[in-house]
Amino acid sequence: MQSEELIPAGDFCTYHHVELSFVQHLHESGLIGMTFREGSAYLSAGELPTLEKFARWFYEMDINPQGIEALSHVLDRMQQVLEENRVLRNRLQRLEENTAAEPGDIF
Amino acid sequence: MDFIDYYKILGVSKTATQDEIKSAYRKLARKHHPDLNPDDKEAHRRFQQINEANEVLSDPDKRKKYDQYGKDWQHAEAFEKAQQEAGRSGQRRGGSGSFQGFDTGGGGFGGGSFSGDDSGEFSDFFESLFGNAGARSGRRTSFRGQDYQAELQISLADAATTHQRVLTVDGKNIRITIPAGVENGQVIKLKGYGAPGSNNGPAGDLYITFTIEEDPRWKRDGNDLHAKVPLDLYTAVLGGEITVDTLGGKVKLKVKPETANGTTTRLKGKGFPVYKKEGSFGDLYVTFDLQLPKNLSEKEKELFRELQKLSNK
Repeated sequence: MQSEELIPAGDFCTYHHVELSFVQHLHESGLIGMTFREGSAYLSAGELPTLEKFARWFYEMDINPQGIEALSHVLDRMQQVLEENRVLRNRLQRLEENTAAEPGDIF
Repeated sequence: MDFIDYYKILGVSKTATQDEIKSAYRKLARKHHPDLNPDDKEAHRRFQQINEANEVLSDPDKRKKYDQYGKDWQHAEAFEKAQQEAGRSGQRRGGSGSFQGFDTGGGGFGGGSFSGDDSGEFSDFFESLFGNAGARSGRRTSFRGQDYQAELQISLADAATTHQRVLTVDGKNIRITIPAGVENGQVIKLKGYGAPGSNNGPAGDLYITFTIEEDPRWKRDGNDLHAKVPLDLYTAVLGGEITVDTLGGKVKLKVKPETANGTTTRLKGKGFPVYKKEGSFGDLYVTFDLQLPKNLSEKEKELFRELQKLSNK
């Protein structure tokens, strides 16, 4: 079984000067995952970069939690579109190569 | 090295209040921050300028020094030395000159470690005026380091097998395993191989973009491969067997009698390995490219004429 490193959410908030309510809001919005054990909230180590990013948006750029939610979805969607674009570009390149005229072709 | 107009960068007047500066900075940061503009080098560059401008203008001491010396910034050091000398000989206050007390401990928003991304870099102009220690450590938070981007070019055949490569990033050799089936333009992330974090924060990640070289034998479409294979007239007419190159080596392919030019046949499971799905492969599509015989002998021509007569009957 794979073990997961958990960090008390309170410790993270103290260390980063972030309010627990902010982290809870992100969790309720589905933007980050939290684990609850015996009445305490924990964050998985893998969530920290994402959480730090959202903290930057909130504290440094003054983007409110609703804005973070919207931006996060738009950025995810943008990544999906970029991925689709990459696949389609590869496909188009192949099609163009296949339809390109070769020396000696008669029309 | 040119003078940098920090007020112009933030779009504020020289009499702007701290609130106005903070507001202008946040507005521009929301537009140009690397978090919100992934892979946009111009936005990263712009954000560095904005961050540097904010670093100076949001700190009263730095702003004072910047305003004081302005375009004469190149002489700032000489002025300060003179001031320090005067201070030492006049009153022994202990400690150092007035400009050495820059806040290196942080506090306030938008310090040098604002983002673990690109904001840690300051211009030569900034370094000249404030020195290396001029950048505040920002909010005392620790942030992860900058992400690195790298490109790796591999052949189509290499992309079809799980193999290891050694990359040198920032002087460090990193052995990476490239899973079979990686696609052209695909990006994989190596966690923790980016720049070191600030204030004991975690290191950034390394993003590797793969460029798959073309192979004259096959064209790739997702997990499928396409090949154009020459087929001689006699085998096309009478049927037979030809040899076809696949990723796993040569295979024999049966050709039905009277196969037309451009006919495509599918070799199931002989395509590209599916990314991270071991044992799963796409298909190989073989399109026959009919080759007419050349330099026919008189005897051959005669035989073709006979065939022509037969078919016209």
